[in-house]
Amino acid sequence: MSQQTELPELDSVGILRYAWRQLTSMRTALILLLMLGVASIPGSLFPQRTQNPIQVGQFFKDSPELARWLDRLYLFDVYGSPWFSAIYILLFISLIGCVLPRTIEHFHSARALPPSTPKNLSRMEHHSTWIADGSELEAARAWFKSKRFRVLEKDGSISAEKGFARETGNLFFHLALILVLLGISFSSLFGMRGEAIINIGERFVNTPTSYDTLTYGRLYKDGNLPAFMLTTDKFDAQYNLETSAPEDYTLDISLLREGGSVVEKKVIKVNSPLTIGSTRIYLQANGYSPVVTVRDSKGNVAFQGPVPFLPQDSNLRSIGAIKVPDAEPQIGFVGSFVPTYVRDPNGGGALSAFPKALDPRLLLAAWAGDLGLDSGIPQSVYRIDTSDMLQVGLKSLKPGEVFEYPGGSIKFEGYIQWVNLNFVADPGKNFALLGGIVAILGLLASLFTRRRRIWIRVGTQVEVAGLAKNDAPGLDVEIAQFIRILKGEK
Amino acid sequence: MSRTWAFASNYLIYSAMAVYTLAFLAHAIETAWAVRVPNDTTKTLDYTRTEKVARVATAMMILGFILLFAGVVTRGISAGRVPWGNMYEFSITGALAFTGAYLGALRKYDLRWLGLLVSISVLLTLGTAVTVLYVPSAPLVPALKSPWLVIHVSTAIISGGVFLLANVIAAAYLYLDNMETKGERTAWAKRLPSLEVLDQLSYRLVAFVFPLWTFSVIAGAIWAESAWGRYWGWDPKETWAFITWVAYAAYLHARVTIGWRGRRAAWLCLLAGSTFLFNYVYVNIWGTGKHTYSGL
Repeated sequence: MSQQTELPELDSVGILRYAWRQLTSMRTALILLLMLGVASIPGSLFPQRTQNPIQVGQFFKDSPELARWLDRLYLFDVYGSPWFSAIYILLFISLIGCVLPRTIEHFHSARALPPSTPKNLSRMEHHSTWIADGSELEAARAWFKSKRFRVLEKDGSISAEKGFARETGNLFFHLALILVLLGISFSSLFGMRGEAIINIGERFVNTPTSYDTLTYGRLYKDGNLPAFMLTTDKFDAQYNLETSAPEDYTLDISLLREGGSVVEKKVIKVNSPLTIGSTRIYLQANGYSPVVTVRDSKGNVAFQGPVPFLPQDSNLRSIGAIKVPDAEPQIGFVGSFVPTYVRDPNGGGALSAFPKALDPRLLLAAWAGDLGLDSGIPQSVYRIDTSDMLQVGLKSLKPGEVFEYPGGSIKFEGYIQWVNLNFVADPGKNFALLGGIVAILGLLASLFTRRRRIWIRVGTQVEVAGLAKNDAPGLDVEIAQFIRILKGEK
Repeated sequence: MSRTWAFASNYLIYSAMAVYTLAFLAHAIETAWAVRVPNDTTKTLDYTRTEKVARVATAMMILGFILLFAGVVTRGISAGRVPWGNMYEFSITGALAFTGAYLGALRKYDLRWLGLLVSISVLLTLGTAVTVLYVPSAPLVPALKSPWLVIHVSTAIISGGVFLLANVIAAAYLYLDNMETKGERTAWAKRLPSLEVLDQLSYRLVAFVFPLWTFSVIAGAIWAESAWGRYWGWDPKETWAFITWVAYAAYLHARVTIGWRGRRAAWLCLLAGSTFLFNYVYVNIWGTGKHTYSGL
């Protein structure tokens, strides 16, 4: 006798079939579902590149060793990581493998008639019996019809069934989830997302170079950017006088569409984006751009214009940098702008007391030397690398004031506001929405429909019985009502 | 004008707390008296003697609900908007939804044994709200100015109230199950429903409210699309709403498809409910992201 246990030999098809069965089993689906929940957790604990790249950078600065390890495990890109994708792709394959055969089966059983009445009804639930008077079958037929049961009548008995919407709803719910996933994938392939900071009064032409950041789906082409041009005319921000909390933002723009000859006036607000074809434009942030004129020692203008500064707090204290590479030597200003100046009680700096520009101040530190712009390393426009520079002066300016430093001067002309607009094309959005709506309807149908069968057999005796699937409640009440109708009681 | 309404709201909330304290005391007396009057050898308690106190307790719960409701409404009037703009307002509305879920379920089931727990948790919630979470009534920031605020937040709060009630019942199930495995139920626990009833009840509550929660998440996504330019961005709040959804989906599948009952189902229900609580407490107060409206 052989020592080894004989296992049925599995060829490659057999192994595949076994794997498929395992994957599409309900237990695996449940484990995958729970795994998906657990796998989403780290994304809410660690900063994510897609949401908060600055915080990720800070994490790398604070604890580089830990950050490198976390990064190897994709913990800064959880929702795009291979392991997260693996879980949801497996889950959806499992779901499809589970739902498709069920759909086919349900389609067949929905067209079939209910199985014929069992021989021995007394073994069924809610069984009751009484002496027939002959009218019962007729009454039962009418009742089943009015209640929209599907019936099979045979040899003096009716087998009736109802509640197919339960399985239909269940299947639609799961198919709708697949639709949601398809919608999301469609957007990530054909979508577009870009943002741009635009000074009020400036023009934005919709070309790739106009954007500060721009990301495309893999199948999106540059030429797909719709041609339009807009000018930001006016921006109005309302703030609560007590709390400084923003109450309302309104942006007025002039829009010129492709081939259009008329300039349209439009309004963009938070919660009410502007739609141009498949692109929607959202008002996301705003801030101040101090307007300055920089002159060299001979009085020639080396730089002139507004420079967007980045807000640091809810009162819009903003920081930024003014770079003048054309000056000789190069000049850079590290600045902070406060719309409503108050002295910082801790140290001599400036704070802002209110987000509106009631008493604006521009605080500048002038640096001379090499801005490092030619090194090829990309630089932030809001910061200056002062490692090769020398500080030549420090000054706080009111609008109209001039700061003279060795080698030139800078005039604080005033300020204008800027807005940050997001431009989004999300072509799969409506599929995802449709999926969501169908999912809810399917869910309602599957959770609140009861699937049950009721039988009646009429001979000398009337026999009635029923069967509820999934322990659905309420069948006893329904059968009691049925019996009252049959007996002609009210 | 708005200040008067805000003061009125505060007084109503304080009055509601006083009434809930009375409800709590009445429930405590009811429980304690019944325990002190062991009738005979069967150790079954006689609740007919405390029926009057129980009725008083329920009346107090209803009165507390009405006062709290008025407090929430006047808070909304004082701010000129729906009262769901910060965590103080979420908490008072959440306490309202929780009592509402309890009183609603009370119409169908005799859940008065839960009253002690419901009144104390509402008191704790309101107490935290008025001491730690209170912020003066103020208008909304622009991102919250949308009709979706009403739809998204109200459905989320109602779902939360019912999820928590299901959680309390699942916890009661585990506690009583433990007691029964060790021996007999203690005297006071005899009035609590059978394990089967508790098991069914927590399942029904979840099954009833899961579609509403799904709707709330979708409504939030629609709103996020118009306010932030994307309908889903894995913001911490969104992530945890998703985790809660997944956990309850797993619970429903475990029950309906695999046939889980009893202990395992109750534990899964507790796990799912705690993800909701975590989302409410942790993400609102310490979390980052776009859903930081707690006002703290």
